[in-house]
Amino acid sequence: MKISRNFINDYITLPQEVSIHEIAEAMTKVGNEYESAGKLSSATNIVIGYVKECVDHPDSDHLHVCQVELANNEVRQIVCGAPNVRSGIKVMVALPGATLPGGIEIKKGVIRGQESNGMICSLGELGIESKYQSEEDKTGIHVLEDDAPLGMDALAYMNYDDEVIDFELTSNRSDLMSMLGMAYEMGAIYHLKVTEPQEEVENESGDAHDEISIHVETENCPVYLARVVKNVQIMPSPKWMQARLMASGVRPINNVVDISNYVMLEYGQPLHFFDGDRLGNEIHVRMAKDGEEFTTLDGQKRVLTHENIVIADKEQPVCLAGVMGGLNTEVEEDTKTVVIESAIFSPYCIRRTARSILRSEASSRFEKGLDPVRTYQAINRACYLLEKYAGATVIKGIVAHDTLSKEQKVISITKEKINRVLGTSLSMEEIVDVFERLAFATEVQDDTITVTVPTRRLDISIEEDLIEEVGRIHGIDMVQGTLPFSNKPGTYEGKYLKEKEIKARFEALGLSEITTYSLTSPEHLKEFTFDTFTPIEMRDPLSYDHKVMRYSLLPSLLQVADYNLSRMNKDFAFYEISDSYYLEDEVVKTKTFAAGILTGKVNENLWQHHEIDIDFYYVKGIIENLLSYLGLGNRYHFELGELPCEFHPYQSAVLMLDRDIIGYLGMVHPKISKVPLYVFEIDLDYIFDKQIRGIKDREISKYPSIQKDVAFILDEDLLASDIIKSMQKAGGKLLKTVEVFDLYHGEHVEQGKKSLAFRLTFQEMMRTLQEEEVMQIFNKIIQTIEKEYQAELRDK
Amino acid sequence: MNLEEKIENLRQQLEADLAIINTTADIGTLRVKYLGKKGLITDLTKDMATLSDEEKKKVGALANAFKGEVAGRIQVLEEMFKAKELEEKLKKDKIDPTLPGRTFKIGSKHPLTKVREEVESLFVSMGYDVVSGPEVEEDHYNFELLNLPKEHPARDAQDSFYITEELLLRSQTSPVQARTMLKNEKKEPIRIICPGKVYRRDADDATHSHQFGQIEGLVVGENISLADLKGTLDVFAKRLFGEERTIRFRPSYFPFTEPSYEVDISCFKCGGAGCNICKNTGWIEILGSGMVHPNVLNACGYDAKKYTGFAFGIGIERVAMLKYGISDIRDLYTNDVRFLETYDRVEGDK
Repeated sequence: MKISRNFINDYITLPQEVSIHEIAEAMTKVGNEYESAGKLSSATNIVIGYVKECVDHPDSDHLHVCQVELANNEVRQIVCGAPNVRSGIKVMVALPGATLPGGIEIKKGVIRGQESNGMICSLGELGIESKYQSEEDKTGIHVLEDDAPLGMDALAYMNYDDEVIDFELTSNRSDLMSMLGMAYEMGAIYHLKVTEPQEEVENESGDAHDEISIHVETENCPVYLARVVKNVQIMPSPKWMQARLMASGVRPINNVVDISNYVMLEYGQPLHFFDGDRLGNEIHVRMAKDGEEFTTLDGQKRVLTHENIVIADKEQPVCLAGVMGGLNTEVEEDTKTVVIESAIFSPYCIRRTARSILRSEASSRFEKGLDPVRTYQAINRACYLLEKYAGATVIKGIVAHDTLSKEQKVISITKEKINRVLGTSLSMEEIVDVFERLAFATEVQDDTITVTVPTRRLDISIEEDLIEEVGRIHGIDMVQGTLPFSNKPGTYEGKYLKEKEIKARFEALGLSEITTYSLTSPEHLKEFTFDTFTPIEMRDPLSYDHKVMRYSLLPSLLQVADYNLSRMNKDFAFYEISDSYYLEDEVVKTKTFAAGILTGKVNENLWQHHEIDIDFYYVKGIIENLLSYLGLGNRYHFELGELPCEFHPYQSAVLMLDRDIIGYLGMVHPKISKVPLYVFEIDLDYIFDKQIRGIKDREISKYPSIQKDVAFILDEDLLASDIIKSMQKAGGKLLKTVEVFDLYHGEHVEQGKKSLAFRLTFQEMMRTLQEEEVMQIFNKIIQTIEKEYQAELRDK
Repeated sequence: MNLEEKIENLRQQLEADLAIINTTADIGTLRVKYLGKKGLITDLTKDMATLSDEEKKKVGALANAFKGEVAGRIQVLEEMFKAKELEEKLKKDKIDPTLPGRTFKIGSKHPLTKVREEVESLFVSMGYDVVSGPEVEEDHYNFELLNLPKEHPARDAQDSFYITEELLLRSQTSPVQARTMLKNEKKEPIRIICPGKVYRRDADDATHSHQFGQIEGLVVGENISLADLKGTLDVFAKRLFGEERTIRFRPSYFPFTEPSYEVDISCFKCGGAGCNICKNTGWIEILGSGMVHPNVLNACGYDAKKYTGFAFGIGIERVAMLKYGISDIRDLYTNDVRFLETYDRVEGDK
């Protein structure tokens, strides 16, 4: 929302010594942020001159040498390249020493041998945006009226000696979408009283009710007012009005259209002007029919729905209510009769229409809500301006459909409550002062203040809103911060604490945390999982890539891996923990997954030739370490089993906890990745749900242990875990540990067989073991394995 | 020759022998030559049997003193040699300490987690509970309970990802606040922070992300005031960005709070003088906050006549970007190894 200082000064007189930046900062302090603040044109030293003589430059095919007369008969020679420069016109001249926007300084000079003492300016050179310029202005210098006074400051003549603040308003302050609302707000800051426009129409005749009738056929239009003016004369609007529109970001068109925009800027009430002769004498306000077609005045054909409000004549729409008028009743050069609409529509309807069809200056005001008093003020103001600046004959009377109360809200609040919420100790006088500055009527009884809220402030309806006004206008800088009293320690949710432990462990194990998006593309949704679930799909996604909530995290991790591999980041180990969402029997369900992706080498030192290649067992070790750390040491195991097809079929395993499958690990199938990538994914909910016993100290044997090594030739397909289980069973409680220390294929081992070597450790808690008893058990173990697995003893 | 003369002769011989010793093995030979059972010093006393007791005593004493002297000399030399040999041995194991050490791949925390955990632990230390809630949320909790009925214009500003008419990806973590208040049957005081992922229909660019992290705080009690909010956020600003930071409250508008404030911190780069980080204002917008709207309290079962509360919301990405000088929010979701490695270290002193 752009505001013009000259415009505001119609209603309050902002002290001249206060700079536009200071005003903007002061407004920020009361809650109205701004984007920019500055002059409408930052040019200086521009005066009006008269081109007495204009001849072609002798050494150029496009330059002109002009003799320009300024005040006091001073004549200067100026070289000008504009195609439209000619003798006998008044122009804007930048004198030597002048500065133009962008810091350009004008100096005396010589252009191709001809002296030039200044520059004749275009509007663009003064910093006026091209959207405000006529076609002639865009290609050349600006030609002034013949009666422009010589030597006068050209910016003042054009009314460009203005300053502008561009505010970013909060959505609740619909009142600030008007100069008057801004004037009240600035008045509250600077203790200034607002004078609203007082002028009235001078002559009225006839009766508008004879000209037009209103038929409101929808609840979405609580107020619809119409007035009629005749005999308008279309011409350019006065310079001051054009300049104010431009300063406020609106393009001047002609006096009639400009007046409708001017009143909207002034009061915040959008008006619509119909060409009365083309409109006919009936106005219907109704909801559009689905599929109804209508051409807005920008020439676009719009297809409407039952959610759009339209203004229609007997048959067809003439205006998309609150958004834009129709081409069929547009005010044009030959328009004589104008029907003025001032209305209030359902903000919700306008917002939906604006979102689906078109946003406009009008819709942005309608959708935030309007003051029902201003509806009348604005329509009358438009009549006054049309009479004055368009020579209109104003027809008496307002044709009205109005269901809204004009009553002002009355709210009472105690001083104590204000102070309690703000943490202040304001006196009643200070509180009253705030509301007086805002021009709210007040009444004080004992400790209670009763405030009458003007209808323009739609945002104020409860006590807390009054507290906010006190906080805003009085300021809370002096409020001393305190900490709320607490009598209990802060806690983390149990599940979250466990998640933190898991994260810390992953990091200790060399995995770095990554964060990826939860929304993914449907094609990745079913990867790396067998689970059946209904995905959660966005009704209105931003892109196909972010259309559904993911289930497995691995597709996201794979993307991160691809990104890094393609940038020569060859070694990495990542993990992510994230919640996944899906539907099951139409109920939203969630799961927490931990997933990892690893590739390349770790713990390397190139010159020493130390390096560990990440492989299946590296990843397996990470999971084993994690689960042991989580107190699940003897409750998990790995199994062969069927895995999702994204895994390598022979380098992968299923992770079991007690009897449940809780995850997968393995190499990514080479058809997906040429680089060996190792991944895992664990459903953490199984882990969160397990009860874990406390740590208990364990006695360490004081007696020596005895180690025995043994190697067997076994069938290739036998699993080490099965052999170990049998050994443990045969070994009994004296066999403390079984470790695999060698796996061998090749010479001395026939095809289809392998050699596995084990180190067995025996120990007793209470005494030193005897060699003979150990040998007895050891031999029993060997016999068991030989028998159970048709194993052949290789070494003993 | 008398004994003294013999000793003197031996002493000179010893000096000569010592001078030519080169190895520890030579020292062994020398020791045997002088101090061995058949050594030169034993030789000195071989005629002792013929002497009187008194002379024996005298000779013995002289010989012993000399023996001690010789042993001392040899030992000094031996230690010198041992030290030299050790030095030579160690020298052979000499390394170049400037060669690179082993690379240890210890995992790092993601910068968003670093920020989140720092904020969490600060608030936990002030007695807040860390509470979470669902990311797929009902419109009822995400908007309606928070004073954002269906036709509310502020719903525009936070265009959301809807799944059905009533279900959406939460656009803020505030629904967790509503859930916590509703769940508290005894209507006890509440002091929570709710960290988590939120989603908005913003196209991703350098400063926007359709997914981001938020930490919202809520305190409800019988006498909670704006002064409490100020004090709390002042602690937050100082802990996260340094003790010299000050905060500024700017009135604003959020549907769920009344009054509402945006909070700026004094610029940690220029200290308020004006720089590119604070866009020459000296202030950096850091969070939104306010006193909980009575409609929200009432809708969540806390009688607004009795209870007041404050709430605030912090964007985790925003804090991370400010704190670490990250210029593109997408970097936080791209996970380039080189980006992540930067964060494998402790936070700097403030």
